[in-house]
Amino acid sequence: MLAYLLKRLGIAILVALTVSVVTFSMIYLSGDPALALAGESATEEDIENIRRFYGYDRPIPVQYLSWLGRAVQGDFGHSHYLREPVATVIFERLPTTMLLGFTALAFALALSVPLGVLAAIRPNSLVDRAALTLAVVGQAMPSFWFALTLMLWLGIYWQLLPITGSSSWANFVMPSIALGYYVTPAVMRLTRAGMLEVLAADYIRTARAKGLRPMKVLFKHALRNAVIPVVSLAAVQFGFMLGGSIVIETIFAINGLGFLAWESIQRADLPMMQAIVLVLSVFYIVLTFLADMLNAWLDPRIRVV
Amino acid sequence: MAAAPILEVESLNVAIPVPAGTLHPVQEVGFRVTRGHTLAIVGESGCGKSLTSLALMNLLPPRAARTAGRLALDGQDLLGLSEREMADIRGNRMSMIFQEPMTSLNPAYTVGDQLVEAERRHRRTSVTAARDRAVWLLEKVGMTGAGERLRQYPHQLSGGLRQRVMIAMALMCDPDLIIADEPTTALDVTIQAQILHLLADLQREFETGLILITHDLGVVARLCDRVAVMYAGQIVEEGTARQIFRTPAHPYTRGLLDCIPIPGKTRRGAHLGTIPGIVPSLVGSMPGCHFADRCPHASGACRSGPIAFRDGAGPGHRYRCVLSLPSGPARPDPAP
Repeated sequence: MLAYLLKRLGIAILVALTVSVVTFSMIYLSGDPALALAGESATEEDIENIRRFYGYDRPIPVQYLSWLGRAVQGDFGHSHYLREPVATVIFERLPTTMLLGFTALAFALALSVPLGVLAAIRPNSLVDRAALTLAVVGQAMPSFWFALTLMLWLGIYWQLLPITGSSSWANFVMPSIALGYYVTPAVMRLTRAGMLEVLAADYIRTARAKGLRPMKVLFKHALRNAVIPVVSLAAVQFGFMLGGSIVIETIFAINGLGFLAWESIQRADLPMMQAIVLVLSVFYIVLTFLADMLNAWLDPRIRVV
Repeated sequence: MAAAPILEVESLNVAIPVPAGTLHPVQEVGFRVTRGHTLAIVGESGCGKSLTSLALMNLLPPRAARTAGRLALDGQDLLGLSEREMADIRGNRMSMIFQEPMTSLNPAYTVGDQLVEAERRHRRTSVTAARDRAVWLLEKVGMTGAGERLRQYPHQLSGGLRQRVMIAMALMCDPDLIIADEPTTALDVTIQAQILHLLADLQREFETGLILITHDLGVVARLCDRVAVMYAGQIVEEGTARQIFRTPAHPYTRGLLDCIPIPGKTRRGAHLGTIPGIVPSLVGSMPGCHFADRCPHASGACRSGPIAFRDGAGPGHRYRCVLSLPSGPARPDPAP
């Protein structure tokens, strides 16, 4: 188990390093950063000063290493727009996005896993068909449109929930549904497929031959084996949700990282965008690592590798 | 031999709807198993022997329908039981060992967990007591270091060891009857004999009835008291192992026995027997003898209607054929 943990940890760190290289090179994607910062009316001398001030005159590997060294310590530099340390702004907004991510994931899992199990127990039944319809609709519907529809009905026509802001739990209901619904189809279909496969397995017949009650066969013997791929998928989908939260947070004006990312893009605030991408990526890597650990706990065969 | 039967089966049928009609993989099967004795059900792949065993446990696939004239365990009727009542009997008074030890244990749980669960489902025992019984049974099935085995996962065990675990699991509740469905087919040849002898020894020690489903006639000759030969969904001949091997009456049984070389009797270079033709489709109804198309003695009488059992060479020997008992010298036993 320890060897497996260390191996996965090593891979996670390598992925994080790769992401950091990509994130760092973002500065140079849009041309000379000093030129962009200085603006159109700057003189040759101003540009040279800015280049020296931000250290853009050093060799690129040196720039990367010093940037990485500071980033590891939580120093992402200063925002070009807000005149505040990037880290301060980000860690102010991060809890909101995490909260939204987890409530959305919780909503998605609470809806998709039971539906997937039900669909697998009675394949081609009414429940199965209804779940399939839900999945197809979910897959086909753009999340921004679904979010606006929710707003229109729940927020404006029926006035059940507040439509913008992030001050109370009620503000999170609609965004969580809008964001979580997006990942529901994939998780549900994978749960269904996994359960169908597992329910046909020999060890399920053994469990029944022991006289175990159907509920015990289903939840102890089948579900544990069926959710293993679902755990991996949920981690990946969570990554998509972090990306999707940019859209959802903007629509609902939730003061999270996604909203901040959108604002920073508008303001061409490079250090801020860089830091957001890096933080979200690391977040995603940590989640994938946790999913691997959870799977190793669920399936003893994984631990051996 | 007048012991009360532990299992009585009469007119057992299984029907499965398929696109082309209805498949009848098990037709009018009947037999008895006495406590402490072994019945072998022998036949080639697809003859319905596995479905027969699943039908006894009521573990058939959902679409398969089971009907029977009588199905009783130790005098108790099993046909009228609800699924809930049947589950109380499964793994408790009647347990099963499957063909595939590699996939029959749940990969996510330890051996100990799966053994303990089998007993605690049916008995009000403590976990400690159930673990003690599991260790005792693992030693009985010949596993060394039984205490540590409980903490191992199935993937850490070889096929032979997993099948020993399955046997121990079947014995957890001290059942009246064990059904072993080709328990050695998936194992190494060297392990097969060990597992079969283990089963035979345990069956004597625990005085359970045993139904051994197999296609290996050599196994049957050595280990079983009675033999039922199945062909295309029906029992075609039934008798004691000695009757079946020395005075086989049904042409199919004789054909099967001709396929086996006998050490010291079959000449080197001599042709072994084969049975020409293929197994008939069991979709739809089939009047007459199922073996008629492959039988060297077939006549019009074989295809006109259902074939009744005739009495064979001694008490308890019967066969499903229109021909009277073949004459001639008794055959040698295939197993030394």
